[in-house]
Amino acid sequence: MSARRIPWTLLIFLALLPLPWIGSRYQTFLGTEIAIDALFAVSLNLLLGTTGLVSFGHVAYFGIGSYVCGILMKTYGLPFVLAFPAAGLGAALFAVVFGFFCVRLTKIYFAMLTLAFSQIVWAVCFKWNAVTGGDQGIADVPFPNMHWMASLPYVGDLNINGRFYLLSLVLVAVCIAAIGQITRSPFGRMLTAIRDNRERAAFIGLNVRAYELSVFVVAGGFAGLSGALYGIFNRGVFPDYVFWPKSAEVMIMTILGGMNYFWGPTVGAFVLVWLNQEITNYTQYWPAVLGSILLILLFALPGGILGGLARGGAALRRLLAGRGDA
Amino acid sequence: MLEITGLHKSFAGFVAVNEVSLTVAERQIVAVIGPNGAGKSTFFNLITGHLRPDGGRVMLNGRDVTGIAPHRICALGMGRSFQLTNIFPRLTVFENVQAALLAHRGKGRDFLSRAEAMFRDETMALLASIGLASQAGTVAGVLAYGNQKQLELGIALASDPKVLLLDEPTAGMSANETHETIALLERIAEQRGLTLLFTEHDMEVVFRIAHKIAVLYQGRKLAEGAPEEVRANADVRRVYLGGHA
Repeated sequence: MSARRIPWTLLIFLALLPLPWIGSRYQTFLGTEIAIDALFAVSLNLLLGTTGLVSFGHVAYFGIGSYVCGILMKTYGLPFVLAFPAAGLGAALFAVVFGFFCVRLTKIYFAMLTLAFSQIVWAVCFKWNAVTGGDQGIADVPFPNMHWMASLPYVGDLNINGRFYLLSLVLVAVCIAAIGQITRSPFGRMLTAIRDNRERAAFIGLNVRAYELSVFVVAGGFAGLSGALYGIFNRGVFPDYVFWPKSAEVMIMTILGGMNYFWGPTVGAFVLVWLNQEITNYTQYWPAVLGSILLILLFALPGGILGGLARGGAALRRLLAGRGDA
Repeated sequence: MLEITGLHKSFAGFVAVNEVSLTVAERQIVAVIGPNGAGKSTFFNLITGHLRPDGGRVMLNGRDVTGIAPHRICALGMGRSFQLTNIFPRLTVFENVQAALLAHRGKGRDFLSRAEAMFRDETMALLASIGLASQAGTVAGVLAYGNQKQLELGIALASDPKVLLLDEPTAGMSANETHETIALLERIAEQRGLTLLFTEHDMEVVFRIAHKIAVLYQGRKLAEGAPEEVRANADVRRVYLGGHA
């Protein structure tokens, strides 16, 4: 079993690495957004697909991460190497407090409470002018210092957007690899047991709430890290990053790609960002077109895109095997 | 081993379990029988911490475990199977038992190792003992009903319990499956020196393996004793056994 394991994170990372050299500026820009969204969606799936916790408020931790990083870098002039981990820790800290209450509820009540907390965070960000800049947000969040990259071979030729793409890709890959490790660990196995059957999980000796809180905090921390990158990528942090439609968007990415697959959310992030851009180029009615396409995809592929591919692959194998027999 | 005194529980005025006491000695096999609605499942849920009793006490191995959380009771050596099949349907058979082993050995918080190969031999040995080794890679949810019940037993055994509570271990099984399951239970109880407390509808099963039988009726304990005594008890015959015995 272990002999044929494919190091997907490494392969995908290597495949995407040359983008700034071979792709256009625009493609590099899209690539950065997809990488950041992918981390956000993969962190959500730690709750949704792995533990079976439906969080409608995951955007809170994404937003907190982007505000923490933005405020530290812009207002206090801290370097990215400090602001980035601080964003993850800050988001995780809020996840401890909010999660403490959320895991006391289950199912739809859990989902509603996560949403409520995220709306509180949004309201605070929207109104607290002195710190968050209110509805104006925090503009001109600086890029990290990437001068050191100039001395690297090939990388020195890239402009700042290309360099930020590489930085984001490396950080996202490391985070996704870490989430992958958590998913495959004994801790991850306990999470899937809880997803399958909470009652039984308690009776193999698990403190279900403690496990749920732990994964809630871990997922929140990684969401915070993706939020930190997102704020820099967009050169500013705005209340929209904490608003509930972004929770819906990341959930669509996850379900669209396939929440039962580790790479499902990443595929979903790619498809949604790409579709969004393509359709915007053709029509001003893009939300309607996008909505229709999503509707069709979700109905035609109930297990998400990867679920559909897996079923297609299985059908193809059966077909080929049938031919072989005949 | 297990000492239950005056256990009491009511739901909105309806008394489901009324001052029930029961003592189960080490390695004893005790059956709790009674008609539907007699309070058997509630009685079990009170013992295993799924419900908090209004009154009474549960002592496990000399330790008061009344009303503490299920996961802690489990850690203290009480295993349980449920009336409705209670497995992890989307995990494989192997992963079901392995998860229980990981949890019991305190590995659940380990997020730096790979779970895949951990306790492989022990898991396979346990699967072999419940006759599911050949299905290790099957997703548990697609197993036949009888096999799911066997798997549930395997999950319970993985926490290495001293006392095992089984809520209708043969419910919904064919005559053949019932036979196999009972043989399996007897063998495992013998091998592991288990104390068993179980509820059961099938009187043939009850009288075959129980050392002691307690009869519940409308939340009260109507009778308790060796199988022959219970069989001979006039009250029990009137309210319950009727044509069975």
